[in-house]
Amino acid sequence: MFNFVHKCRKKSPWIVHFDAGACNGCDIEVLACLTPVYDVERFGIINVGNPKHADVLVVTGTCNRRNARVLRNLYEQMPEPRAVVAVGACALSGGIFHECYNVLKGVDGILPVDVYVPGCAPRPEAIAEGVLMAMERVEQRSREPHSQMQAEPAEREERR
Amino acid sequence: MEVERILLALAALLFAPIVGGALTGADRKLTARMQKRIGPPLMQPFYDAVKLFSKQRLIVNGFQSVSVSVYLASMALSLVLLVLGMDLLVLLFVLALGSVALILGGFSVKSPYSQIGSQREVLQLLAYEPLLVLMVVAIYLKTGSFSASSVMSLRQPLIYSLPLFIVTMILVMAIKLHKSPMDISGSHHAHQELVRGIYTEFSGPQMGLIEIAHWYELVFLLGFIALFWHTNLLCGALLALGCYFAVIVIDNITARMTWRWMLRVTWLFGIGASLLNLFLLYGIAGR
Repeated sequence: MFNFVHKCRKKSPWIVHFDAGACNGCDIEVLACLTPVYDVERFGIINVGNPKHADVLVVTGTCNRRNARVLRNLYEQMPEPRAVVAVGACALSGGIFHECYNVLKGVDGILPVDVYVPGCAPRPEAIAEGVLMAMERVEQRSREPHSQMQAEPAEREERR
Repeated sequence: MEVERILLALAALLFAPIVGGALTGADRKLTARMQKRIGPPLMQPFYDAVKLFSKQRLIVNGFQSVSVSVYLASMALSLVLLVLGMDLLVLLFVLALGSVALILGGFSVKSPYSQIGSQREVLQLLAYEPLLVLMVVAIYLKTGSFSASSVMSLRQPLIYSLPLFIVTMILVMAIKLHKSPMDISGSHHAHQELVRGIYTEFSGPQMGLIEIAHWYELVFLLGFIALFWHTNLLCGALLALGCYFAVIVIDNITARMTWRWMLRVTWLFGIGASLLNLFLLYGIAGR
């Protein structure tokens, strides 16, 4: 029964996409996933555009002090279990805007990121894989409920 | 006899969600193939529903859960009433009750998306309700009774005398299933300028209950169409599935229109076709 619920979760990741001020390169690649060429609906992925229905928050672009609270608000509206996927160099670390005074260096400074999809811009296949991996992470987390956030800081340090 | 009827009602309650979910899956697959996509697996609606039930319960206010429960109960009840051959007028009343409950649930939240979606859902109700009432009136003129079981005693299928009502039923189905060009209050799958319209503020298990109510609704509508060809079960099923296919094709070749357009089409064209059929029936029957 438990396994069946997990299978269903993995087979139906609904995404909400937040553009934290990207150059639109990553956003176009995210939208390209939904086109007939890549057709992510075959994995059950639907772009619902509504945090209350979504399982995965896909963030693109450089997070700054102004949109951090919007991002946090969106995340708080999503019911558990939820996952965050950072897409593109800017969402990972700030990208070429890394040294700007207003830029928070990556989404993981604001939200617990489950999957990092690097690239400028990443391929649509990579984004789709990232979303599916995020659901795997959700499953792993719910199997070991106490290790929830422990992996995050180590992974962050390693990446820097 | 009583035991049989209870068993029939229970079987309808049990199997309708399974059939409805499978049909929804087929709909999504078919839609994907029409758009040259591979599409989700046939089981996708069940995966979605189980996932929704396993999610955290986030309710905005208590009235939302009441409205969703009333919506689900009345959709299931209207199917049971149809299966047991009860009064068609009571059936329409129960159907409208469920839709109104969901609308009130949408109105109970302050979100503008939910509010506008609910207003548009009221307009949709206003658009298809006269068509359903006229259909029931036509069945009454044909059989002399408002009960659905009276159709069973006819020797000829209803479609011979009421063919235009199949066309109006396709209109009703397009509105009730939130298919293009009538998906103005909240599209069934894709999101639009109102996000998910009336469904925006329902999440997790509540959304799952709404999905199950949709499956009951779909089976009810298909059952209602099958009533037009009661003499042969296969022909009735084929007629119902043919109408569903027509709705899916229309969904894929049209874009969403405005509510004014919807009212014009349903009231002028839909009511016009209904009245024309009624007059023809009146002339032929000579009553």
